[in-house]
Amino acid sequence: MDGTKQDTPEAPRGAAGGRTLLRVEGVTKSFPGVRALDGMRLDLRHGEALALVGENGAGKSTLMKLLTGIHTPDSGSFFLDGEPLHVTGPRHARELGIGIIHQEFNLMPDLTVAQNVFIGREPRKAGFLLDHRALNSRAQELIDRLELPLDPRRTVASLTVAQQQMVEIAKALSHDPRVLIMDEPTAALNDAEVRALHQLIRRFLRPETGVVYISHRMEELTSLCDRVTVIRDGRYVETLRTDQVSTREVIARMVGRELDTGAGPQNVRQDRETLLSVSGLSTKALLDDVTFELREGEILGFAGLMGAGRTEVARALVGADPVTSGTVTLRGRRVRISNPADAARHRIGYLSEDRKQLGLLVEDGVDTNVALSSLDERFASFGFVRDRAIRSRAEELVAALRIRTPSVGQTVKNLSGGNQQKVVIAKWLVKECDVLIFDEPTRGIDVGAKEEIYRLLNELAQQGKSLIVISSELPEVLRMAHRVLVMAEGRITGELAAHEATQEQVMHYATLRPGAPTAPSAAHDSTRPSTPKAGK
Amino acid sequence: MTAETAPAPEQDRPAAGGPGTGSGGTLKGRLQQFLAFGSLVVICVFFAIADPIFLSYGNITSILFATVVIGTLALGATFVIITGGIDLSVGTGMALCAVVSGVLITNMGLPIVVGVLGTLVFGALIGFVNGLNIAVLGLPPFIATLAMMLVAGGLALVISGSAPIYFDSTAYTDISTGSIIPGADFPNAVLIMAAVAVVAGVALSRTVLGRYTYAIGSNEEATALSGVNVRKWKIVIYTLAGLFIGLAGVLISARLGSAQPATGMGYELQAIAAVVIGGTSLSGGKGSIVGTVIGALIISVLNNGLQVLAVPQEWQNVILGTVIVVAVYADRARKRAAA
Repeated sequence: MDGTKQDTPEAPRGAAGGRTLLRVEGVTKSFPGVRALDGMRLDLRHGEALALVGENGAGKSTLMKLLTGIHTPDSGSFFLDGEPLHVTGPRHARELGIGIIHQEFNLMPDLTVAQNVFIGREPRKAGFLLDHRALNSRAQELIDRLELPLDPRRTVASLTVAQQQMVEIAKALSHDPRVLIMDEPTAALNDAEVRALHQLIRRFLRPETGVVYISHRMEELTSLCDRVTVIRDGRYVETLRTDQVSTREVIARMVGRELDTGAGPQNVRQDRETLLSVSGLSTKALLDDVTFELREGEILGFAGLMGAGRTEVARALVGADPVTSGTVTLRGRRVRISNPADAARHRIGYLSEDRKQLGLLVEDGVDTNVALSSLDERFASFGFVRDRAIRSRAEELVAALRIRTPSVGQTVKNLSGGNQQKVVIAKWLVKECDVLIFDEPTRGIDVGAKEEIYRLLNELAQQGKSLIVISSELPEVLRMAHRVLVMAEGRITGELAAHEATQEQVMHYATLRPGAPTAPSAAHDSTRPSTPKAGK
Repeated sequence: MTAETAPAPEQDRPAAGGPGTGSGGTLKGRLQQFLAFGSLVVICVFFAIADPIFLSYGNITSILFATVVIGTLALGATFVIITGGIDLSVGTGMALCAVVSGVLITNMGLPIVVGVLGTLVFGALIGFVNGLNIAVLGLPPFIATLAMMLVAGGLALVISGSAPIYFDSTAYTDISTGSIIPGADFPNAVLIMAAVAVVAGVALSRTVLGRYTYAIGSNEEATALSGVNVRKWKIVIYTLAGLFIGLAGVLISARLGSAQPATGMGYELQAIAAVVIGGTSLSGGKGSIVGTVIGALIISVLNNGLQVLAVPQEWQNVILGTVIVVAVYADRARKRAAA
């Protein structure tokens, strides 16, 4: 307990067994093209809340999927109380006493709280009739025991995000787990809600239970957890005592290097013309008076927490979602963009964070995908598709972007994440877009391939393309962007020049909470920082 | 927004997979058609052995003639189904178009050419309204075309006063029953359907329209985000399907020599059956015109062959239903094996 290093890889195994609730040892898991976990290890002690931190893609989700039996490890083992643990599926995991709360809720919005909590094990009468009264009273007992402000009869859809989170927790705790694993449970919660959640976790902790708490919000970790395990690129890095280490040190270990912003573009490019300006963009659901400018050849970063509204800005800008107000000016001329086809005509391309669902036709070939945006204007004569032209253009781009594929006819679902992303980029290059909006450009992409994507994006900017890069990975934004806009609750709360921006500054703006969650528009202006002057 | 997307386990090949696996799509397509075509041949051989009359010239032309109406409707439905949609209005829509043709030609005495063109335009209009309801109002295709099925069926009865409208001119009936091949006694309707099938096949496989049809069915949202005006193209595709409804209305009324306002119900399901037997996926993104033609032929060969064998009418649908299950299951099993 005297140093920062609690456990070294040589930590005694047998002896620790008695003190270890959950132990992960040498676990390796590979997917085609990606080694997600590589000799991963972790020790959760009895009665402890252990923080688990790592960048996106470090392997946290894969670890959770192994613990719930969704995937099986290639090698390595798990121990619960010293006993080897073989999980065959989510149900089995629950029976073994492992409860998992995923970042994305697994709730049925039209069912009630009680129905969600007891889904699959509803109390019955006479063997087959649902016993609604017993269902609700059992749910009420559970809610009372956990001291949650929930009504078991309300439908989940009518609850706030924080309350939905509570339903997930109630559901997990109703199985009386010994180990509770929580993935980013506070990403969408405000400070008061976070405190309530932490109290709930402390009440759950007993000598025979433990919590693995995955989070990006460093300041939370110190208040809840005594120890933090850092993982990086699928490997165990270190376990540290939270009272003996600074946030900065934890981040440095997460990232594994001093943030190499030197490689990124430092010049702010004051000289360049403004290409796109967005003014007063608002949507019914979230966005509130979003105003910014984008210069030629600029990479503009958008940072913020989950739900801050960054993706919504992109979708509203390209007309994928309806807006209530706002104007878009392109090269000094007002343009009307009411659907993505309009945006594409104005040479604005949106590269979604969800490549497989929203970016690609995964069942089709590289060539088909590359041509999709430009089919009618570049690859057709009199309505007939010129397949040969498509193939040769696709081949050019495969070479130029170094897309690794056996042929341009290859079905894109067989490509790795990085190569799939390049196919999406190729599609918009064929369209000759001037503005490219990248939403999480390296999500699900291997570390090595990430570097290649970064380089590609830099090249595009140097060629004069204007890029908007939305990313939840701060190092990525700070490294790539010339300028960073930070969003919180649908507003732009800060603007930073990338060369002077730090993670702490970004986090400061990202966690500004302009209003009470129940009255989003009322209290805003008092606490709102000065309106960012877009583009200066 | 920070969930790390684990690499998809369904990735069945590493990034730099072996060469020569590229053009799997077309190979699979060929295999699919081979499968459907193979079943058609097997069924034909079975009936031919059971009763040699089956292979007579007269019987073969009557099989082809019987394929025309379902086949024409199925061609249009193929486009709609590849987008991931469905069109339930083709049956009663066809009856309404037949009535419209009767009104234009018999009641109003317009020239046959004008009447036929008017009917085709009317059919396209039915599809256009379907397209508007689906693409602009956002109704699910099932609901929008179910409503159109009822509306069209009702209008057919209202306009005709629930009575058949007869065509006096043999020039009109010759559209279906005449034979422009001298001395061959080969119905024109079959030639028309064949020609239309070729056009549809080219449109689906070679044109921008066809490419967008597949793209929409494959992933509508990604297609829209790629800058394709999905709404517009959906309207175009349903309108095209409507054009086929109009053509089927002409062909059936020319064949019967009358517009029968109360018929039509049930044809939509036969058309869908033909499309599905032909290997087109109801979830969209996959399918072919060749497959649909084979599917339509399988249905009429079965109906004909079972009649030749004197299997009671009641049993024919039982067998057809079984064939659908077998065909679609075989298709799925083959895809699983290939994956």
